[in-house]
This record gives sequence, C-alpha cells and structure tokens, in this order.
Amino acid sequence: MGGKRVYLKGNEALAYGALEAGLNAYFAYPITPSSEIPETLAKEFGSKKYPEYKFFLQAASELEAINMVIGAASGGARAMTATSSPGFSLKQEGLSYAACMELPFLIVDICRAGPGLGNLGPEQSDYFQGTKGGGHGSYRLIVLAPATVQEMALLPRLGFDLAFKYRNPTLILGDAFTGQLKEDVEFPEFTPERYDVSSWATTGAKGRPPHILNSLELDYQKHFKHIGRIYEKYRRAQENEVRFEDYRTEDAETVIVAFGIASRIAKGAVNRLRSKGVKVGLFRPITLWPFPKVQLRKLASQGKQFLVVELNTGQMLEDVKLAVGDGVTVDFLGKWGGVVPTEAEIESKLRRLEVAAV
Amino acid sequence: MTQVAYTVKLGKLDALTDTPTHYCAGCEHGTLTRLIAAAINNLGIREKTVMIDSVGCSVLAYNYFNCDHIVAAHGRAPAVAAGLKRVHPELMIFSVQGDGDAVSIGLLEMIYAAKRATPITVFLVNNAIYGMTGGQMAPTTLEGQVTTTTPFGRDVHLTGTELDASKLIATIDGAAYVKRASLAVQEISSQRGKVYTIKNILDAKKSVENAFKVQALGGFAFVELLSTCSINWKMPVLEAKRFVNESMVKKFPLGLYKDTFGVEKR
Repeated sequence: MGGKRVYLKGNEALAYGALEAGLNAYFAYPITPSSEIPETLAKEFGSKKYPEYKFFLQAASELEAINMVIGAASGGARAMTATSSPGFSLKQEGLSYAACMELPFLIVDICRAGPGLGNLGPEQSDYFQGTKGGGHGSYRLIVLAPATVQEMALLPRLGFDLAFKYRNPTLILGDAFTGQLKEDVEFPEFTPERYDVSSWATTGAKGRPPHILNSLELDYQKHFKHIGRIYEKYRRAQENEVRFEDYRTEDAETVIVAFGIASRIAKGAVNRLRSKGVKVGLFRPITLWPFPKVQLRKLASQGKQFLVVELNTGQMLEDVKLAVGDGVTVDFLGKWGGVVPTEAEIESKLRRLEVAAV
Repeated sequence: MTQVAYTVKLGKLDALTDTPTHYCAGCEHGTLTRLIAAAINNLGIREKTVMIDSVGCSVLAYNYFNCDHIVAAHGRAPAVAAGLKRVHPELMIFSVQGDGDAVSIGLLEMIYAAKRATPITVFLVNNAIYGMTGGQMAPTTLEGQVTTTTPFGRDVHLTGTELDASKLIATIDGAAYVKRASLAVQEISSQRGKVYTIKNILDAKKSVENAFKVQALGGFAFVELLSTCSINWKMPVLEAKRFVNESMVKKFPLGLYKDTFGVEKR
C-alpha cells in the first residue's frame, strides 16, 4: 500500500491491514457481513506484494477454520480467521483450547444482530462473548474495537503484536457498520515486530526436546498453576495494554462511554452539544479487554456522570458500572436489532440526564 | 493348552519415550504405538514428525511418542493437522483417532482433509465403542452390541447401521491410501494345537509404514485398525480378540480399499 490513501470498505481495509502486519495463513468460512475479508484475501493470495502470505484456504465449517488456525499458529505462523456473530459462537471451542495452549493468532468478529440468525445489521452484542471468555473455562481474549475504516486497517498490526507478545488469541470486534462502511484510509510503512517462537512452536523436535502444545493436564495442582500463570500474564496485559480515546472529557460534566461505531455517533452528539455550550465528552475504549477501568474510575472521581451508548441491551454498561463504583450516575442508551441511535437521540437522552442531575 | 509359537524382539526405539503406557491390558493401542514408532524409526523421520493427539484413549500419546505434539479438541485433529501442514509442508504429521472422535464428532474434518488430498496420515482405531468415556455406543458399534447407551443391544432401526469409515473415505477422490487392518491376534489350529498368529499385526505394521510413505509422496493416507476394548466390551481378552476376528471383520472386511500411488506393490 506504500503509505498512499485508498478508498476501501472496512472489511477490505482489515484484510489489507492483516497482510501489512505480516499475515502468513488465512482460513476462511464465509458469513455476511464479514465476507469481504476472505474475498479480499483470496484475491491477494499469490500476490508478489505480500511474499510472507503463504496460504489461503476456505474451510468446510467455522470449526474447521478455527482448528486450522490452531494448527498453523502451533507452527509459529501468523494465522487468522474472520467471522460474524453466529460463526463467532462456533469459534468459541477453538478459542478456549487456544487460550489454554497459549497460541497467538488473530480472529475477527464483524458483529451482526443476534441472537440466533438475527439479521445482517450492526450490533455490538458479542461484547460479552468476546470480552468475558466466551468458551468454557477461565481465559480471556485481548479484544480490540475499531471505530473507523482507518482503525480496521491498523488494528491488525496491534492485534498480531499483542497476540505474540502475550501468546494469546486477539479478537478484533467490529460490527456490520465498520465492516461495510467505505472511507479513505492510509497504510503507513510498517515493519512487524518478530517474536521468537522457537521455544514452543511444533516444527519438529530436531536437536531439542519435543514441544507439546496441550490444553489437557490431569494433575489438578499443575493445572491450577498453569491457569494461574496465564492469569498472571493477563494481569500484565491489564497493566500495560489498555488503549482508549479521551475526547473533550477534561471539563465535561457528563461523559459518554461508547466503542466502535456507536462512539462515532456519540462523537457527533458531543460536538453538537458542545456548540450549544453543554459540557459533555466522549470516552472510547479501544481495548475492550483489558478494559480501561482505571481511567474511567479517575473520571468518576472527578464527579462526572456517565451515559453508556451501545448497539445492544447493555453489555459494556456492566463493566462501566463496575469501574466507576457505587454512587455514580450511569445511564444507558441502547439500540439493537440492527437499529442505530441518531445523534439527536443521544442528545435528547443526555439533556434528560442533565435535567435529572439538577 | 496354548503355546507361544514365536518370539518378538523388543528394543528401545528413538521415537518412543521411556514412559509406560496407560493402556488397559489386552488393548491394542500399545501395539499400534509400537508399530507407529517403528515406522518413524525405519523411515528416519522422528525429527520432522508432529503427532496430533486426539480426544479418546490416545489423548495421552504425547507422553509416549518422542516427537512434537499438538493436542486437538474432540474430532478436530485432521483440521489442526491440515493447518500445520499448510504452513510447514516439510513436516510429517499424523493423528491417532478413535471411532467416536473420527467417525462421529470429527467426521467432517476427516472427510474434508481427505477431499483436499491433505498430505497427512490418519490412524483410526476402530474398537466399536467409546473407550475413554466408559463404553458408550460408537458409530461403529455392531448391531445388537451392548454398550452403556445401548443396554439392550444396538437397535439399528433407531440408530442406523454401522458406519464403514474405510469404505466412505475410499470414495473420496483426494484419498490416496485407504487400508483396513486388524491389530487383534488370531487363534488358529496347528499341529501343536491352538496357537495365536500375529499375521494381522505384521500386515498392520506394513500398512502403518505405507501410510507415512504416502504422505511423503504428497497424499492423504488413512489406515483403520480393528481393535478390541475388552474392558468396555466386558469380555476376557482372548474372547475380545475372537470377537474382532469373527464378528467385526464381517461388518468391516480387512483389506486395501485404495492405493493411488501403488505403495503396497513397491
């Protein structure tokens, strides 16, 4: 891409972003509204521009795709798959195993309306499944939430980097809107950091003891220790990897908390209200896990109140409430089913909150 | 009175660790472990071999084979193998899967690995039962066979007839080598009275080695190995061997189902 501006759909930008982040292998299963990701990567497979991009394959099921990713990641490759909500449910088995086996790879969920088949409109209702460890057992994914096509293009770099740094799957949680939206994007020059995988990758036990990538441990004490060690790793991620955008919160009396596409509508509402002299700001988590709870607590300690805006019935809302603690006003505006709130709706909800506060 | 009519020389194989296996007395998993290790040794491929351990009795095989391992989820071993093979085509990758794992929950992964002619080797241990979970009905459980979930015998009107994995895989264009062998010793009459022949096991040994050769030639290799589960079948070991040789082989005839590269003749 060489730093020039291009006009791309979010899903296309994400695919090119992954290639620029050094993608080696992609395992696909089509599902709307994420299919431009495999389509773009199928088109670019074999291109001389991406010599590290060695393999593209369409799998027979979501389960097959995620397990192929597990195989490729076990060999130390930069592997990836993408899906949308119903498919993301099917990925949970693989993600649980991969977290326990400490495998680094990238998974993308272009969230659509649920539950069940729902529809093809945008929702952010996979927040719980993405951030709380959606499969069985105790584990977390590192979760990144793009709000723009530009972020769809750049977050794969961070996603792979964090995956290898912490040896854990990273999830990019987008939505039908960020996936389908078309915007100008830039791909600044980038050299992915190389992580040494030689201490664990299953590349043949030549001149070394065997490497065993395994989630099974029948000795309870050993398994207790293993999961404890993984959570120690998560604690370090919580300390070091929180990312967020803080927009005009300094003198704000009310802070809107929103991520992804909801945050862009909220930003519009903030600008409208600011032009009318209302002191509002926006706090946008970019890492949904680790969640920026310390930063939110700090804002709460300054006496601010909060309005959480999400495309679901109130999922991140729970984390915001936990972060700010008791005695802090946290209101909620949710839309679901593919419906998105308008700036005017956010504005009127916020005005009611302002009145209530007086 | 039975007599031992042969001697077997066992020695240390590089492809095996010193850990004693957990397999039950009379179970052929141990035999297969030995045959696979011997093939790896003979072909000199230990340092580039990765085993995909599957859920079932073979899940602890990482303790026994002195090579790299990935332990897959139930049924997913061929998909994990395929993913690794695509990024490391130089590796020799094999799985040992049970009938519940490969023919029930993982049938799709198995069929598609074969369909794409994925150069991997799959060993299916068919003992007509879910062994590790305590003896439930498998897709290969014989009609009328008693298991913990068919306490009155398998009713084929309700659960269908036995699924023949070798026959099924052989119909797939991408499968290069499909063989059904048996690991059960066979009772025969001789001048010295009743003796047990290991002819089956020697044939299985050849098939195991061929299955790696086929992978080296770039093909998908599948070897089904009829085995006993005397514990869950609730049969004495020798009676279980007889059950394989007299009942199972009728439903699952031994033989070469496909050999695209002609490795059996080489």
